[in-house]
Amino acid sequence: MRRSFIFRNPSVLIFLAALAIFTLAITLLSEAYGTAFISTSFVKTLGKTLCLCLIAIAMDLVWGYCGILSLGHFAFFGLGGYMVGMWLMYARTELIVAQSMANAAIPPTEQEIVDAIGTQIFGVVGSSEFPAVWAFADSFALQMLLVILVPGILALVFGWLAFRSRVTGVYLSILTQAMTLALSLYLFQNESGLRGNNGLSGLQNLPGVQASQAFVSVWFLWASALALGLGYLFAAWIVSGKFGSVIRGIRDDEARVRFLGYSVEGYKLFIFTVTAIIAGIAGALYYPQAGIINPGEIAPIASIYLAVWVAIGGRGRLYGAVIGAAVVSLVSTWFTGGMVPSVNLGFYRIDWVDWWLVLLGLSFVLVTLLAPKGIGGLFDLITDRLAPNRHGSDYGPDKGSLQEGEGRG
Amino acid sequence: MSTLLEVSGVSVTFDGYRAIRNLSFQIGEAEMRAIIGPNGAGKTTFMDIVTGKTKPDEGRVIWGEKSVNLLRMNEARIAQIGIGRKFQRPTVFEDQTVYANLLMAVKNKRSPFSVLVYRPDFKDRGRVEELASEIGLQDELSRKSGELSHGQKQWLEIGMLLAQEPRLLLVDEPAAGMTLAEREHTTDLLVEAAKTRAVVVVEHDMEFVRRLNCKVTVLHEGSVLAEGSLDHVTKNQEVIDVYLGR
Repeated sequence: MRRSFIFRNPSVLIFLAALAIFTLAITLLSEAYGTAFISTSFVKTLGKTLCLCLIAIAMDLVWGYCGILSLGHFAFFGLGGYMVGMWLMYARTELIVAQSMANAAIPPTEQEIVDAIGTQIFGVVGSSEFPAVWAFADSFALQMLLVILVPGILALVFGWLAFRSRVTGVYLSILTQAMTLALSLYLFQNESGLRGNNGLSGLQNLPGVQASQAFVSVWFLWASALALGLGYLFAAWIVSGKFGSVIRGIRDDEARVRFLGYSVEGYKLFIFTVTAIIAGIAGALYYPQAGIINPGEIAPIASIYLAVWVAIGGRGRLYGAVIGAAVVSLVSTWFTGGMVPSVNLGFYRIDWVDWWLVLLGLSFVLVTLLAPKGIGGLFDLITDRLAPNRHGSDYGPDKGSLQEGEGRG
Repeated sequence: MSTLLEVSGVSVTFDGYRAIRNLSFQIGEAEMRAIIGPNGAGKTTFMDIVTGKTKPDEGRVIWGEKSVNLLRMNEARIAQIGIGRKFQRPTVFEDQTVYANLLMAVKNKRSPFSVLVYRPDFKDRGRVEELASEIGLQDELSRKSGELSHGQKQWLEIGMLLAQEPRLLLVDEPAAGMTLAEREHTTDLLVEAAKTRAVVVVEHDMEFVRRLNCKVTVLHEGSVLAEGSLDHVTKNQEVIDVYLGR
């Protein structure tokens, strides 16, 4: 069974091999384990990019395969980050507080330690009380469980309400945008209990770990690569069998799927929730590498970028999503990092930090118009598979259905 | 012969337009029935009601020996209990192979979790091949269904319908856009299917209906105008006036 799965999906093996080689190469070039050719901060950038590739796979599952254009998956990503951030911040502050209090004449009681942690963490928002949402922050295991449960349950409830009412197409996209905006605005408030616009910070420091960031960054790179590899394998398994047939059917013509006896709503809910959980895990690995999370991270625009990555990479193929996320986010880092020389036109200076978004928007439009298969479509040139000529008609009547140019022979 | 489907006193209004008025209809097991009628007579709306796509304003739709109320069920549930539907335009999943299309339709558990862990066993693969040869597509199994000709897509859809093993087939204009030879094959498929289950065919084409050689129901303005053999209804003066006479 295993063998035939790989046989039917040769891209899985190629992808996993490429990922392993990439991880090994970066490790050997890192400051911690190799020649120090790559700076620690760039290792972190690459590790974060792997997490973005993972959420792009989730987006491809929900949009490219199931046709649900969710513009809210970064909310789940951010929630995953917040959940891991709460534990990191609590545990590290606990160590610092315990250390500073250890020399006191009278040993501090447990309550005094908790109060001191509260003062440390919530001082910036003028409070020292632990809000209810931090109830499990002292337990690593429970908080890791919340990484899965919080995005999963939010997606389950939201999806159940939306899909049950048969909200589809652009209306669903707007609803998901509203969800992520509402969440972001809520988190901006100090009363949310997650330090308002300050967010959670210092997440790059693992409590109890003495090793330098050079080592920690490589560890997170490994963890991110492992998560991406497993995520890819899982996604490929989901879409390879009959389940994949059903969700692609839903993308192209959901009414027909319904008359075959499949409950479309159940499938949409399943895929929406599963991808939200994948997004949450990706976020939980991303933010310790970023070091800080604040409500700005789950602004509606982030989720729109996600759709742009998947579209540029090639919707409806898993490696396309990975390539899109990696290429666009790395190029974006390059442009917005001020590393690209400005172009002086004499009368105007094109500063790429400002003009990058225009360039991104333009390339999005061009890809959609001229190369609907995206970057991933280049692989079809190698395998000599051309999009069939459908005389302009889509693969199904639904809004999210595969367009003529996106098809594969 | 026991009644399989009973529709009684059903009415539907769309934006003030009464598409179906007090329609009553019955079909038994293993019966073939043709529904004819001019455009706007409510043929497709009738199918929408039975399959759960449209909810009627009033009336009852009762199914099977246990007399279940179909109006309480959603489309997927209705399909699961044994009502299959073929649309007017061939609707198959064009991005997927003929094999995947048929396999999706083969009767099996339909819940997300059981489908996720499902892998086709020997029996199901055999069933797909058997169906494919029945509809003349045994050599096209690995082709994308979007590449098939119009007639082949129609057959594939009929094949998918048979794969569901429904007790009632609702078929909307199966012969539209087919060549003469293709029509004959389609007739054979439907007549064969009607030996073991109920088949309702909606059709414009009188020649095709004649070849089906079955009881005919004439719809007009959302209710039944006449019912009986084709010769019987074509002699009916009202039918001639509204439909045949032109």
